[in-house]
Amino acid sequence: MTRMKLDSQIPSGPLAEKWDKHKFDLKLVNPANKRKFEVLVVGTGLAGASAAATLAELGYSVTCFCYQDSPRRAHSIAAQGGINAAKNYKNDGDSVHRLFYDTIKGGDFRAREANVHRLAEVSVSIIDQCVAQGVPFAREYGGLLDNRSFGGAQVSRTFYARGQTGQQLLLGAYQALSRQAGLGSVKIIPRTEMLELVVVDGHAKGIVVRDMATGAVSSYAGDAVVMATGGYSNAFYLSTNAVGCNVTAAFRAYKKGAAFANPCYTQIHPTCIPVSGDHQSKLTLMSESLRNDGRVWVPKQKGDKRRAGDIAESDRDYFLERKYPSFGNLAPRDISSRAAKEACDEGRGVGPGGLGVFLDFSDSIKRLGEDKIRERYANLFEMYERITGENAYQMPMRIFPAVHYTMGGLWVDYNLMSTVPGLFVLGEANFSDHGANRLGASALMQGLADGYFVLPYTIGHYFATNKVARPTASHAEFRAAEEAVRARIQKLLTIKGKRTVRSFHRELGRLVWDKCGMARNEKGLKEALRRIPAMREEFWSNVTITGSGESLNQTLEHAGRVADFLEFCELMCLDALTRDESCGGHFRTEHQTEEGEARRDDENFSFVSAWEYQGLDQQPVLHKEPLVYEGVHMSQRSYK
Amino acid sequence: MNTSNSRCNSSLGKKYVMAITGLALFGFVIGHMVGNLQIFLGKEVLNAYGAFLKSKPLLLWGARLGLLATVSFHVWAAIRLTQENRAARPVRYAVTKPIGASYASRTMLMSGLIVASFIVYHLLHFTMGGLDPELLTFLDEAGRHDVYRMVVVGFSTLRVSIFYLVGMALLCMHLSHGVSALFQSLGLKTGVFGGWIDGFAKISAIVIFAGNCSIPMAVMCGFLK
Amino acid sequence: MKLTLKVWRQQDPTSPGKFVTYEARDIIPEMSFLEMLDEVNEGLLARGEEPIAFDSDCREGICGTCSMVINGLPHGGQKATTACQLHMRLFTDGETITIEPWRARAFPVVRDLVVDRSAFDRIIQAGGFVSVFTGGTPDANLIPIGKPDADLAMDAAQCIGCGACVAACKNASAMLFVAAKVSHLGILPQGRVEKDRRVLRMVQAMDKEGFGSCTVTGSCEAVCPKEISLRFIARMNRDYSVSLLKGGE
Repeated sequence: MTRMKLDSQIPSGPLAEKWDKHKFDLKLVNPANKRKFEVLVVGTGLAGASAAATLAELGYSVTCFCYQDSPRRAHSIAAQGGINAAKNYKNDGDSVHRLFYDTIKGGDFRAREANVHRLAEVSVSIIDQCVAQGVPFAREYGGLLDNRSFGGAQVSRTFYARGQTGQQLLLGAYQALSRQAGLGSVKIIPRTEMLELVVVDGHAKGIVVRDMATGAVSSYAGDAVVMATGGYSNAFYLSTNAVGCNVTAAFRAYKKGAAFANPCYTQIHPTCIPVSGDHQSKLTLMSESLRNDGRVWVPKQKGDKRRAGDIAESDRDYFLERKYPSFGNLAPRDISSRAAKEACDEGRGVGPGGLGVFLDFSDSIKRLGEDKIRERYANLFEMYERITGENAYQMPMRIFPAVHYTMGGLWVDYNLMSTVPGLFVLGEANFSDHGANRLGASALMQGLADGYFVLPYTIGHYFATNKVARPTASHAEFRAAEEAVRARIQKLLTIKGKRTVRSFHRELGRLVWDKCGMARNEKGLKEALRRIPAMREEFWSNVTITGSGESLNQTLEHAGRVADFLEFCELMCLDALTRDESCGGHFRTEHQTEEGEARRDDENFSFVSAWEYQGLDQQPVLHKEPLVYEGVHMSQRSYK
Repeated sequence: MNTSNSRCNSSLGKKYVMAITGLALFGFVIGHMVGNLQIFLGKEVLNAYGAFLKSKPLLLWGARLGLLATVSFHVWAAIRLTQENRAARPVRYAVTKPIGASYASRTMLMSGLIVASFIVYHLLHFTMGGLDPELLTFLDEAGRHDVYRMVVVGFSTLRVSIFYLVGMALLCMHLSHGVSALFQSLGLKTGVFGGWIDGFAKISAIVIFAGNCSIPMAVMCGFLK
Repeated sequence: MKLTLKVWRQQDPTSPGKFVTYEARDIIPEMSFLEMLDEVNEGLLARGEEPIAFDSDCREGICGTCSMVINGLPHGGQKATTACQLHMRLFTDGETITIEPWRARAFPVVRDLVVDRSAFDRIIQAGGFVSVFTGGTPDANLIPIGKPDADLAMDAAQCIGCGACVAACKNASAMLFVAAKVSHLGILPQGRVEKDRRVLRMVQAMDKEGFGSCTVTGSCEAVCPKEISLRFIARMNRDYSVSLLKGGE
């Protein structure tokens, strides 16, 4: 395999002028020629739907795919809290530079500076775009947009639509996509999953998909492939992701030569509903906007089993306010999550199994009245009650951290193109903007920035500068890829072993949660790296899948995804082991300050890890993209 | 490609037909009731009213034909919509539980059909004399058709009066849902006004039931004779 | 808890289906309804049988994927709750539960409890959008929108497109779904511009898909997990008549 070279394509010039300059430097495609280019978009979340709609508006011929039964159901829909934008509508000192700085700092100085600055720049246009589409953002009585504050920021820059911001933004993008579908410029192919990337003469030229309803395996050829396939949180089995979210598409691309960057950067969200038992199929997140009005605490005494209301004020430890006085309950996600874990590790956790901390609204209810709290969070309180049977207006919520987002993803350059020319990666599926930790309300921003305002510019440049003819779907590479997909499905169906797919997934998830979760260390990671191959081997000899490949077979779908997680988790643990420092969501217990905070090692680890696949039993090759900061000074992250 | 004709033939178009004809029939039911209640003002008033109607054949027949057309459209739209609605669910549920839906709302076709057959009976009874031709031959002192006596004689049979009461009960059940639904279909059930419509529908149904039933009841009790 | 399940099993869209009875053992009250089905499926797999196919994704009540009629009620009939958020604490030990797919001509069964709801997508494609292009939009605060209007639009916009309204309606009508989108966009000034065209096209698409019509029973509102109000249907009825009177598009 050829040694890949990471060329980040960061434009020259001052940081704040890079994107404008780059937009001018990008080559254009003649409007009349655009329809000749076929773009395949995989995934229809915020990034995928916005990209597909915008590319179609520009005149490209677009086909888009999603595994859900409708593009509107992509998991972006579950984002609750909001979307950041540097509008400074509140006159509280926000600016593009401040949003940029907060994001870089929040990411613990492990994100690519130029991308983050561009993100902050286009954030402003996103809100304009969404409002024009009819997204019903919350308003003030005067008719102007309302904002709330969010974790990791000291300004109010978060736009929201009740507790369903992700839903409303996705529906906006979905409607734009539907409009194009109605006009015939986009073809939407739902209930279909991408199982292989097809590379012809070094360029991504198509995909192999399986129609999940009929089992038919087929190929689609295009001039470029855009993957907006989300993150890999479900590697942990229990996460806040939808049960269908998976790493398969990204992992197939990795195996076909796309570098995978920073797989160990995973985010643990502090405000999820605690696990209630082994039957649990997913974890439910509650927006961290709750932390605006809720106070996080645990009893001071170990093993204090009294009811929350019976614990006197003096016996409570508001640990976030105590440890981080200036940010308090709004400390960034990684810090809040770890602080909760520490409290539980000390035996001060609450609820079944001691895996939970209180999130208490009684002070806010006293101050603002129950109606105001109801107005802000009614749907979250209702959701909490449905799941736990408890009324959080009367007693504090119990929360615990859960895997929620993955900052790592396929490596992309400034143009969002992976190391495979013609393969573009957007949204959570790429690695680019959040470094080692993402701030709240920034995922929606990034997904829409990539889809509406970045890719539509950069993809044209690829077409204008790479005149590679589109092969037909009967090309030998497609045939071979289809055969590989069919063979793999056949292999899975013929194992007929004794263990269910779910039991493997659960075992794998528990292992990586323990060894590569909120806190990691060399010993644990090495143990995981030893156990995963054994687990994989057992999977391929002892998994049981009933039914056939010729119809809807959800067990088979799940098996294919778990098979990929079984390989991917090894890469994640390897990356975590190699990154011998702590940063953001990657907390190595060997590297912490006396106060237990993450200690970065900028001298040795100020780089992006990009892994190149070498074959199943070969160690992947690590490539390093150095991180150089012009606009900010790298500092110890402090939220005290 | 989209003619206004096909638009009126859309599901919403047919609902407008239901609603507008329903509103007209509701108006007629009220007018008819008010006219009939004159029986309590005495024989003279009622018979004069009857004679007045007969003296304007153009108006009378115009109204009758208009009503016939209205009923026809109402029934036509109901049948078409019902056919479409049935086709929309070819496989039925094994278990069904009505949730949020009143009995009246679920049985509009049934109550409507029974009311329609009741109307036929009613016309045969008092308008065409098909059941008892003698009823139409009564004359009062002034030589006018004695409507008063016709009603009293017509309702003096217990069986007939009970059938009228049942017919009215179904009509009013039909109206208790229909009147509020027609405002919904016409898009008028919105705003503050919208909150009153359900109440208005129920009250008007009760008033119509009470008003119309008071006549056979009064005859049976011997109050009118 | 031990339960008896009567589940609709259907191999594919064309095969006839039937009810099959299963025992669900060791069910605990903290499980969600879908986790209960997961457990039953694990048992079926262990016996070499094909598990019950059912749709679900986010399992937190927002994606609208899960879709099953539980004891005659879409999503089980708990107020403002999708099947994935329904918890077993609401059922009693020894109960028999009948589980069926959404039933509507416009929602053909794919397999077991999974149905094809692409009809909803086609209705949105007919007009459920604001015709703006990416970029070139005015500043977001240029159009003030009163809080009551913004809130009302949001009430309608909350629809998750699950199809429970269709499943519950005795006429398999999609009016609540369509009305929610027509109202969401029609209430806001951005969407008001093409309000007439939108409602005509969406209703036409709805009829074409073979949904029934609205007889105002209110079942849809009662089962809607997002509690979308019937008043939006009245609103759509008005919008439609107004655009008819204006002479169509």
